[in-house]
Formats: sequence, C-alpha cells, structure tokens
Amino acid sequence: MAKAAEGEIVLMKGNEAIAHAAIRCGCDGYFGYPITPQSEVLETLAAEKPWETTGMVVLQAESEVASINMVYGAGAAGKRAFTSSSSPGVALMQEGIAYMAGAEVPGLIVNVQRGGPGLGTIQPSQSDYFQATRGGGNGDYNVIVLAPASVQEMADFVDLAFDLAFKYRNPTMILSDGIIGQMMEKVVLPPFKPRRTEAEIKETCPWATWGKPKTRQPNIITSLDIDPNSMEQRNLHLQKKYQTIREQEVRYEELFCDDAEYLIVAFGSASRIALKVIELCRAEGIKVGLLRPITLWPFPSKRVEELSTRMKGILSFEINAGQMIEDIRLAVNGKTKVAHYGRMGGIVPTPEEVVEALKQNIINQTN
Amino acid sequence: MKEEIIISGFGGQGVLSMGKILACAALVEGKEVSWMPSYGPEQRGGTANVTVIISEERISSPILSQYDTAVVLNQPSLDRFEEKIKPGGTLIYDSYGITTAPKRTDISIYRIDAMDAAAEMQNAKAFNMIILGGLLQVRQLANIENVVMALRKTLPERHHDLIPANEAALKKGMEIITKVQ
Repeated sequence: MAKAAEGEIVLMKGNEAIAHAAIRCGCDGYFGYPITPQSEVLETLAAEKPWETTGMVVLQAESEVASINMVYGAGAAGKRAFTSSSSPGVALMQEGIAYMAGAEVPGLIVNVQRGGPGLGTIQPSQSDYFQATRGGGNGDYNVIVLAPASVQEMADFVDLAFDLAFKYRNPTMILSDGIIGQMMEKVVLPPFKPRRTEAEIKETCPWATWGKPKTRQPNIITSLDIDPNSMEQRNLHLQKKYQTIREQEVRYEELFCDDAEYLIVAFGSASRIALKVIELCRAEGIKVGLLRPITLWPFPSKRVEELSTRMKGILSFEINAGQMIEDIRLAVNGKTKVAHYGRMGGIVPTPEEVVEALKQNIINQTN
Repeated sequence: MKEEIIISGFGGQGVLSMGKILACAALVEGKEVSWMPSYGPEQRGGTANVTVIISEERISSPILSQYDTAVVLNQPSLDRFEEKIKPGGTLIYDSYGITTAPKRTDISIYRIDAMDAAAEMQNAKAFNMIILGGLLQVRQLANIENVVMALRKTLPERHHDLIPANEAALKKGMEIITKVQ
C-alpha cells in the first residue's frame, strides 16, 4: 500500500484501516498477538514501522493475556495504547479488561469477531455481543462498545474510542467482525495528529503514574480495595460514571424509518446486509426501516422504545443466536412484536433468507 | 449503474488481486466499491473467490447470493456460481479444465482461453490480467487507462516494471474473449 496523501481516497481492508488510523491519531503503543481474521492489524503496523516516524511502539506480545496487561500498563501511565484480537483471544483478555475498568485505566480493545464458542471457526460472527456489552470479566463494570459498519468507520472509530476512553477513564472496545475486518472499501484516513508530549500527558492525566513530584502523594493504579466500605464507594463512583455515559454517549444511525411499518435493528456487518434486505422489501412495497446502534453499550434503548410505538414489529437481525434482542425487548417492553433472526458458526445469512425470516416471523404474525 | 460480480477460481490464480485491481480502477473513476474475499483456509490449489460491487450509490451488503456477472476459472466455481447469476446476467469462463459446459440459456456466456494465452505469452502470472481484460471488454466497468492507474496504485513500486506486461495481458484478454451465447 503506497502512502496515502492527506484526504486521499484509498482502498483498504478494515483491519488495515484500524492500523493506519491508530498511527495517525497519536497512538503511543500497540500490543497484540496474531489471530485470524484480525492479523492484518499487526501486519500493517509492522509494515508501516511507526516507531521510526511517530515513535509509536508496536510489539507482538507472547500472548493475549500479556497484550492486554501491556495495554493496562501503558494506559496507567496515561498513554494511548491498544490491542486487537478475535473472539477466543478477546476471551483471554477479559480479566485484564475488568482490572482496567476497576482501576479506571483508559485503553482500546479491538475485537474482529469470529464464530464460537471456544476456538470455533475463523469465519465472521457477532456472537460476542454479550461478552462485549455485559463484560466477560468479573464485577459490576461496563466497557464502551463501538460497532463499525464500514471500513471508513473502522478508521474513524479509533480516535473516537481513544477520546472516549480518556474522557471517562474507561476501557473502550471496537466490536467488529471478519466481514468488516477483511473487506476492502473506500476510506479517507483521518488527518495526522501528533502523539501527546510528556508535558501534555502530565497536564491531561494528573491521575496517571508518570512519576511522583514532591508536591503530591504517589498516584496508585489498582483495582484492589480490601476495605468493603471503600470498595463500595469505588463501585458507586463507577456506576455514576456509567450513568453519565448512558446519558451522553449513545450513538445510532437511522435509515428509511420515516414511513416504515417494520423495523430491523442490526449493528456492524449485519446492518449492511439489512440495508440490502430493505432494498428487496421496498421493491415489493413492504416498508422497512433500519435502526443501527453504533454504541452497543450504551445501547440506544430510548430510541428503540420511541420507534417501537409506531412499528408493527421489530426484527433483531444479528449474526448469532439472539443476544442484542434482549436489549431490544427490555427497551420495547412488550409494546410491539420482537423476533430474532441470525445464523451461527461463521455462516453469514443471505439478504434473501433475512427477507423470508422477516415475513415469517414478523409480517405474517402481525397482519 | 450497479454491478455485482463474483470472481472465483483456484487459490494462486490471482483471483483476489484481480478483484482488487478492478475495485481500485472503479474507485479511481469515483465509484463506490466493495471487495469481500473468501478468507477461509484457502491457499494455492484450494478454491478462492471474491465479491466485487461497483456502484454509483452507497453499497449495502458486501456479501450476496445473486450476481450480475460471474467470472469462473475452474469447474467447482462454475458448478457453484452458474445458478447464482441473475437472469440476463453474464458468465465468463476459462475453458481450461472445464469438463461440463455451462447450461443456462437465459444469460450471456463468454469464453476466454486465458490459460492458453498466458502460456503463449510465456507469462503465467499474466493470467488474471488476461481475464480482467476480457471482463472489461464485455462489461464496461472501468477504462483501461484507469486499470493501469490502479496497477500503479496497488503494486509495490519495485514491481512497476511489470506494468507494461500487465497492460499487454489486459489487451490480449480484450481481443480473445469470445461470445458463446
């Protein structure tokens, strides 16, 4: 891939876009371990050699567990660090993510999902929705989850994810999958932004472990607090923060909803297939709209509830056994019919079979 | 204008690169494009395919089950994708290794003996560019100048000396593709 000029439209894979965007948005470090269908992130970073240009560190760690703990360490020092993996690798990272959430350490985790459970398959899936939005680690915590639906969003969400992570001192996840990671599309890479200087980190991250001046007590980064009273206070603080995030950071896209009688809710790659489903349905005169959650946590519950009052039915279309449907049902609270359609194990549903599922499970049940 | 294309053959035939160069040429022309490979454990000898969509408008699903055009370079690909071409669509195939000819009567069928032509040109690696030339001859998806531009953009600079040979292969493909029905 030749060097892209500022603002130039280039053709690249979603995974490559993540790597280029990280270098361009002032990322300080990447720590990761190869796994299909995500390996191009590390491959692209290794080919680009950002340590020679921006000074960004790129390291192939000995494992996913090591990777996430390196991100934890770098984030504790106020650095913009990230890791990427695919489903089984992200499963291994859950302990580290919970520690980061508990210690309020910012950082970015990219999950380019594949089919599970266990080692599963290398083909695409969205079956880590629960893992991402409920947390695979222990304790009452949440991770901000962004779901890109295009290569452009793979590029755009890296800087956004870092900004959110530092704004709230919380781990952020980009939940992608083998489709968005492997496909090539047009993309305009974000403009170059320099890495923050040590002075800027000291100013913007007074909590970080960047060295102890005589003027204050040491900054301690830990998720451990033996005293239950103090630990409860820490939890209450976290819950208050999560509530602020729920109120301020919900993101979604709405398409063809104005005249829609039926709604598809789909995120990431499934939302792309859903758009084809809508093309096919509208050609038959069936008015279907799309709500695409961009943040999976916080989930756009309020908007789902609003839309549910004027829809004859809602199809939760996910490439899994039905996970986001739980959030939809909670938001809809019985106001309209909600059904799920999805495939598992790395099988990607065709638009035609989703049209059929929409007719059978929603349209024929509501007329 | 929107064209949904599947290109399928053996791994190592240059199926994915051909799709990438086509997508890049369309991008040079300001079109919306998507390129979605099969990324299973395919390698040299296995099967590989790529879905390329070229459109004037925002592209919805990058994965499809029906295609306007199928370019098939071996028998398993012909068996799999012939039935998935939309009525009135286009099938292009290389006769090398094809034992059962296409059966559809409601589509345009073209044959291109690119394997033989590549051997004649003593440039086995030009095979995929011969095929691409043939495809561009029957489906006006991009101008040849923009395909050459795409080669410049996608090939590493150390291989730019191969561009004239690729251009010759594109032109060869345009000449030798023949309509079967």
